Amino acid sequence: MIRLAGLSKRFGTIGPLALDSVSLSVEQGEVFGIVGRSGAGKSTLIRCVNLLERPDEGHVEVLGQDLLALDEAGLRTARRSIGMVFQHFNLLSSRTVAGNIAFPLEVAGVPRAEREARISELLPLVGLETKREAYPAQLSGGQKQRVGIARALASSPRILLCDEATSALDPETTAEILTLIRNLRERLNLTVLLITHEMSVVKAICDRVAVMEAGRIIEQGQVFQVFTRPEAETTRRFVSGVIGHGVPSGTLARLPPPNPGEQQRLLQILFAGPGSTRSVISEATRRFDLDLNIISGRIDEIGGVPFGVMALAVYGESQRIDAAISWMRGLGLEVTEGIPEVRANPPAETA
Amino acid sequence: MGLLSPTMQDLLLEAAWQTLLMVGASAAIAVVLGLPLALLLLLTMPGGLAANALVHRPLGLVVNAVRSTPFIILMVAIVPFTRMVAGTSIGTNAAIVPLALAATAFIVRLFENALREVDRGVIEAARAMGATRLQIVTKVLVPEAMPGLVAAVTVTLVSLVGYSAMAGAIGGGGLGDLGIRFGYQRFMPEVMAIVVAILILFVQGLQSLGDRLVRRLSRR
Repeated sequence: MIRLAGLSKRFGTIGPLALDSVSLSVEQGEVFGIVGRSGAGKSTLIRCVNLLERPDEGHVEVLGQDLLALDEAGLRTARRSIGMVFQHFNLLSSRTVAGNIAFPLEVAGVPRAEREARISELLPLVGLETKREAYPAQLSGGQKQRVGIARALASSPRILLCDEATSALDPETTAEILTLIRNLRERLNLTVLLITHEMSVVKAICDRVAVMEAGRIIEQGQVFQVFTRPEAETTRRFVSGVIGHGVPSGTLARLPPPNPGEQQRLLQILFAGPGSTRSVISEATRRFDLDLNIISGRIDEIGGVPFGVMALAVYGESQRIDAAISWMRGLGLEVTEGIPEVRANPPAETA
Repeated sequence: MGLLSPTMQDLLLEAAWQTLLMVGASAAIAVVLGLPLALLLLLTMPGGLAANALVHRPLGLVVNAVRSTPFIILMVAIVPFTRMVAGTSIGTNAAIVPLALAATAFIVRLFENALREVDRGVIEAARAMGATRLQIVTKVLVPEAMPGLVAAVTVTLVSLVGYSAMAGAIGGGGLGDLGIRFGYQRFMPEVMAIVVAILILFVQGLQSLGDRLVRRLSRR
């Protein structure tokens, strides 16, 4: 559906690349998330998909069309099949809800009667039947974003781009809007590309995710994969805010030292799918005569799959610890030695 | 009106009409010419929707030149142009020409500022929805800036009332001119007082009318 290849973009003649040969492809029906801190280049990237921003280099293919090869008129037509939702809603304050939703249709030359019919279809879809004649200033943030979504869907696009669509909303409203986007995706068979700085958004709605830093994609994959086995340090930090991956720095230094003749080893146990570590822990203690100190643990669900991470400090004889590890691995748990420490509170992001 | 002789009352009425005509006509011309010029300035500015320094710079320069010329000088300096347009260089109709010119230059900058206040995000959204530049102008820029544009017209009208007092220099007449000739030069303070009172009422009326309109248009 969306294929970006080798995109590079620099603002001005000097300075860092906003995009540094980024390649990405989003498949039909997928919700693809791009996550990164402000300035990572994600905004520029999503704007390249409908050419609000033109890349200096690279290839942009959307719905099988090479957008960079289109002339002005062709590009305008192509843009009508790509809906876009914005962080600050970007509604016309001089128009009512109905007027805002009608805008893309007016622009496309759809006759009035058809526009009205389409508005009547869209309003219940986003739950705003009663707000048809309200002005944006009279609506709450969540309602404004619903208008934004209805407007983006007015010309029946097959792709929806969400530019930090929930970043200006409170957590509760965010959840509502994400559920709405998810439902619409299914009902309308949409392909969604969203950018966000909140990993919780990715966790709630995305199938695949790419992590951006300094204009590059440093990691991408299935959301479950990236959340459970983050590779890059930045990814780990993003993920740790949402699920208990790693422990706050300084935690490990405060652990008690091992008894003489014993070892202290740090293990991270990852379990996915059905199964629990609870009996494993107590059984390992008995079976191998070890002391297991649980530093942290968390169970969560990502994309419908239950998932847990547990950080353990193990005290005991070296061989017995080794035996316990292979026993746990035999049970299908993923055991890694060493516990990543993460900065306790990554600085709050504003987009 | 026992204070004024019937002749004076006629003069006052005529002068009020002249002021109304000069202010109204030049403001109308300024709005009609000023809006396209302001849009042109905005669209052609660096980073604008139709960035073009070759249009933007000279246009900005001319607007600034007109704005920085004191009105009394401008009025005299463009007499040949006035004669070409109005067929004469004296009288109320002739005064409308320099007034309209000054008001246009004045309102262009005010319009430009009002248009610039339109949220860039909204323009971006319109582009993302496939709007043409003309559609962005007519469906986004102008409607969204409407309260600001109306406020600009109000400010221009009020300024024009002041400018029109100088129109007496080329025989334009009007209340200001009456005040100077009778109230000041003929030592008739009651004429001056009435003229000033009428002008104050006039400006007050314009301002509150403009404010009310802005409030009605503003949906923020």
